[in-house]
Amino acid sequence: MERAVKKSTVNSRTTNIGDLVFKNLTRFFAALILLLILVMVVEMWNSSALSREKFGLSFLTRSIWDPVQEEYGALPFIYGTLVSSLIALTIAVPLSLGIAIFLSEITPPWLERPLSFFVELLAGIPSIVYGIWGFFVMVPWIRSDIEPLLSSSLGFIPFFRGAPYGIGMLAAGMILSIMVLPIISSISRDVLKAVPRAQKEAALALGSTRWEATKVALSYSRSGIIGALILGLGRALGETMAVTMVIGNRPTISASLFEPGYTMASVLANEFTEATTQTYLSALIEIALVLFVITIIVNSFARLLVWSVTKHGDAASRQ
Amino acid sequence: MYVLSGLSALIAIIPLVLIFYYTLSLGLSAINLDFFTQLPKPVGEAGGGLANAIVGTLILVGLGSCISLPVGIMAGIYLSEFGNNAFGMGVRFLTDVLNGVPSIVTGVVAYTMIVIPMGHFSGYAGGVALAILMIPTITRTTEEMLKTVPNSYREAALALGISQWKTSLRIVLRTAMGGIITGVMLAVARAAGETAPLLFTALNNRFWHTSLDQPVASLTVFIYNYGVSPFDDWIAQAWAGALVLMLMILVLSIAVRVATRPRYEER
Repeated sequence: MERAVKKSTVNSRTTNIGDLVFKNLTRFFAALILLLILVMVVEMWNSSALSREKFGLSFLTRSIWDPVQEEYGALPFIYGTLVSSLIALTIAVPLSLGIAIFLSEITPPWLERPLSFFVELLAGIPSIVYGIWGFFVMVPWIRSDIEPLLSSSLGFIPFFRGAPYGIGMLAAGMILSIMVLPIISSISRDVLKAVPRAQKEAALALGSTRWEATKVALSYSRSGIIGALILGLGRALGETMAVTMVIGNRPTISASLFEPGYTMASVLANEFTEATTQTYLSALIEIALVLFVITIIVNSFARLLVWSVTKHGDAASRQ
Repeated sequence: MYVLSGLSALIAIIPLVLIFYYTLSLGLSAINLDFFTQLPKPVGEAGGGLANAIVGTLILVGLGSCISLPVGIMAGIYLSEFGNNAFGMGVRFLTDVLNGVPSIVTGVVAYTMIVIPMGHFSGYAGGVALAILMIPTITRTTEEMLKTVPNSYREAALALGISQWKTSLRIVLRTAMGGIITGVMLAVARAAGETAPLLFTALNNRFWHTSLDQPVASLTVFIYNYGVSPFDDWIAQAWAGALVLMLMILVLSIAVRVATRPRYEER
């Protein structure tokens, strides 16, 4: 008995070497991902030292962006990023929820898969293609049809006053909404599908209409849908190329949506290779750091919400 | 109410149709054999193509894959085979967070990590920036595909006396290889369409690059540069480039969908 036990421990020790190496090798690569994020933060922190020392926390509240005088402030970009993302969500959320409800409740299975495929195809289009399409096709349409319509009918609101350039915050919001739509709708659709049938059947059994049963399903999956919204927000915050081509790239803050604006990602795309001084470059890297931190916070929050609902995070991780 | 939701589905399909229609119609006119075989010509001279850009994109994505494939697959194996602890949860969570990082930020990081020490733009920096983008996708899909392999396979192998590492590599990984390849294709499709990380890492190159530590041309950056230019033939070539890019990504995406559909139905 004892000898058999000893023999097996000797055996397990020798095969353990291969197992040990394998387990630690894979663990090393998994740790590499953690290390990667750490390295990203450290690199950006160090490279933005010049700008951080010169401007401190006021960098986030100043509105000046003057490379000649070496005065930098990130407020116009933070404002531009937030406002364009907000417009995108305002347009995309009702549409995405409508699509999600349509796909999960109404369509028969033979129609649902190709339709979902088409909506997810929107997510696969590269952002530069959205950019040139937005610039050459959508902006002229906004300039000739949408903005005059908005200013003539809703011109009493400060948001819709001003010259119809076409290019501006509204165009950026609209192109972002198209890009964000597939993410929100596919996650919401999966979340709605995960609602137990018992819930919907119970509502129907109590005499509710089909729409009221759908409302029950919606309130059941509320946190998952909010997670989907915030994931969409995270995507909109970081979108670069499509926004750069239609937002006008002017670092100003104005109430009118027709005016050009500037987002954090766009200023990086436009001015990074043209940064002539160290301070300029470090100011830009500080903007990248701010963008990084904001998207990490938003995405962590969203993932937590989606995880709590779907438990496996299937749909969310497929994005 | 349901009419409204049906309407919103329709409204969502409209931009998709419009984008495809305009890209096709505006891009098709500029596609010819020259586009795929010639270098860009100076402004004013007609013709020329984006051969170096197409090859450059393939090279940059290939470089990114070389870096991200080992990291992603090994990390995915760890997460699925050994990852049911706090460390595994942390890695999983951070991988999902890394997925949401804007692509321009990975470009900035590659700039500070590689371009500044090297002193010049290079294909390596572009490859690293793309690799950072590809790692989360590959890791998560590898993990999920490995998890779909039934536990009975692992148990049967272990019962036959095969060591854990051989089980994971020779049996589990091999079974899930099809799904992992589709995950890699997804990551490749995403990386091929990225512009922002390449803007200041691989920069761009109007000629053939002679080595990888020089700026490398890429289709996406060319589309951007040509698209914002004031020249008509450049704009036409930008649309053609967009068409080629979309077709490449479309083919990859459809292949992925076709390959993964039966798998999901089985669940």
